[in-house]
Amino acid sequence: MSKVVEGLLYSEDHEWVSIEGDIATVGITDYAQDELGEVVYVELPQENSDFESGEEVSEIESVKADSAVYCPVSGTVIETNSELEAKPELINQDCYKAWIFRMRLSSQPEDLLDAKAYSEFLKTLK
Amino acid sequence: MEKLLNELSINGRRAYRFPDLDVEAHKAIDPSLLRQGSLDLPQMAEVDVVRHYARLSRLAYGVDDGFYPLGSCTMKYNPKLNEALSHLEGFTELHPLADAEHSQGSLKILYETVDMLCKVTGMDQGTLQPCAGAHGEYTGLKLIRAYHLRRNDSKRSVMLIPSSAHGTNPASASVNGFETVAVASDERGLVDLKDLESKLSDNVAGIMLTNPNTLGLFELDIRRIADMVHACGGLLYYDGANMNAIMGFGRPGDMGFDVMHLNLHKTFSTPHGGGGPGSGAVLVKQALAPFLPVPVAAKGLKGYSLDWDRPQSIGKVSGFWGNFLVIVRAYAYLLSMGSDGLREASAMATINANYMARCISAFFPIAYPGLCKHEFVLSLAAFKEETGCSALDVAKALLDKGYHPPTMYFPSLVHEALMIEPTETESRETLDGFIEALKCIHDKAYSNPEELHSSPATTVIGRPDEAEAAKRAKVNWL
Repeated sequence: MSKVVEGLLYSEDHEWVSIEGDIATVGITDYAQDELGEVVYVELPQENSDFESGEEVSEIESVKADSAVYCPVSGTVIETNSELEAKPELINQDCYKAWIFRMRLSSQPEDLLDAKAYSEFLKTLK
Repeated sequence: MEKLLNELSINGRRAYRFPDLDVEAHKAIDPSLLRQGSLDLPQMAEVDVVRHYARLSRLAYGVDDGFYPLGSCTMKYNPKLNEALSHLEGFTELHPLADAEHSQGSLKILYETVDMLCKVTGMDQGTLQPCAGAHGEYTGLKLIRAYHLRRNDSKRSVMLIPSSAHGTNPASASVNGFETVAVASDERGLVDLKDLESKLSDNVAGIMLTNPNTLGLFELDIRRIADMVHACGGLLYYDGANMNAIMGFGRPGDMGFDVMHLNLHKTFSTPHGGGGPGSGAVLVKQALAPFLPVPVAAKGLKGYSLDWDRPQSIGKVSGFWGNFLVIVRAYAYLLSMGSDGLREASAMATINANYMARCISAFFPIAYPGLCKHEFVLSLAAFKEETGCSALDVAKALLDKGYHPPTMYFPSLVHEALMIEPTETESRETLDGFIEALKCIHDKAYSNPEELHSSPATTVIGRPDEAEAAKRAKVNWL
């Protein structure tokens, strides 16, 4: 059973978002990392670049596949987790700690799920 | 494990010693340009080099060793007749720059191979230069670009690619400078027409499709898709990787495709894997013919020639005329099969796949049930949930049973996918043997999952560290 953390928000593309004020921290969920298998490379987005919600913001390569990370919110990238460049496996070890990037929100997020709704959504995928 | 040549090297050991120079050394090259010291190459006796490669060859596995059901790769048997004909001296000793007068037989083969492939596919002209499937895709997409630019239509930057496509499709489009946009699959596993409609515009250069698609399903709406894409000014590219399902039954040219490639190393029985080398013949409709790579083998009153006078050509896409001896093998296959034989091959490939799918579905579910074409995809998601054993574990366990595993984790829209393509050249006994082995592994997962996790036990290398290899690839000896 995939781990879902209370208090975070989720997208149906399997990104998690933690929001404090107008800053959002984004990573991928346990379901996503389990589906991907061992992560071998994380392409980090350019800092100071703008993304709309739903746009492709980063790419994650695993031994199984190359997958896009879709931006779950709209805003400007202010920081990326450069630790992932040398240690992409951190995503497999603890995906809710291994954040990928932080954004300054340009608008309030819409259509994100809470932990309960995301857990329900995962059940529909079986 | 077999050591590398560098590890087997002993200083001073060698195969041959040349006699000392007893004439004055040639001094035409400026000494400052000459290498000082020796080449850093392994030093070995000939017999030890031969034994090294003989040992490695016994560790390899190919279609001559056993069943190789690698989905989407059509690992059919390579008839030895093709080998014998391609080894004829008239082919092997011919210089690629010999004039047309002295190479009529070889030029005839180039001309007639394109002609026969056009008949099989319903296309008009073609080139045999591309050396593999993705090289064919690259060439075909260049032709699409040249076509639009010739019509002063320079804004077409988007290539549409269904979610079930081969990974090479978006890669080839991207290398060609197109922006790739994915088209969703619907619940049937086919192109979602509504999603396609929403992505069509006058920025669309074309769409790349495989038919049957990578789920082994025939795109039933192909004529409608062709009309929709053509109506917005785009072209249709056919990825011929799955041509083995439809020869003699359906032709991409009749479905509305404008340009396509064939993998001669899949459908036309030339060697596949281990470097082949391959051949990605590209075929086009008349409207794209002016842009084909030069030269094109032509037939005229004075016999066969290479036509270089094609001012709108995209240029050459490989050295000389492609992998010629591979083309000879495909030519031999085409002639020995004939049109009836090709049709029968596709029929048998499809019957074999459906027979296996039906038998295996008794214990592993088929991702999209119903009739398939030449291949089918299993989903082991529920099996993994129940036993903790993954598609990877099953694939590894198959190695111990003496089989090459099927394609894993592709297409990516199926969870824990195993993709099986038996081809027409396998007997009922071979298929039954594989089904039995798969069933045995399935049952083992419920009784002793640990054994699957630790398989394979019989191969030299069991589970290489794929993540480490991708993260920190070490490809140099030094």
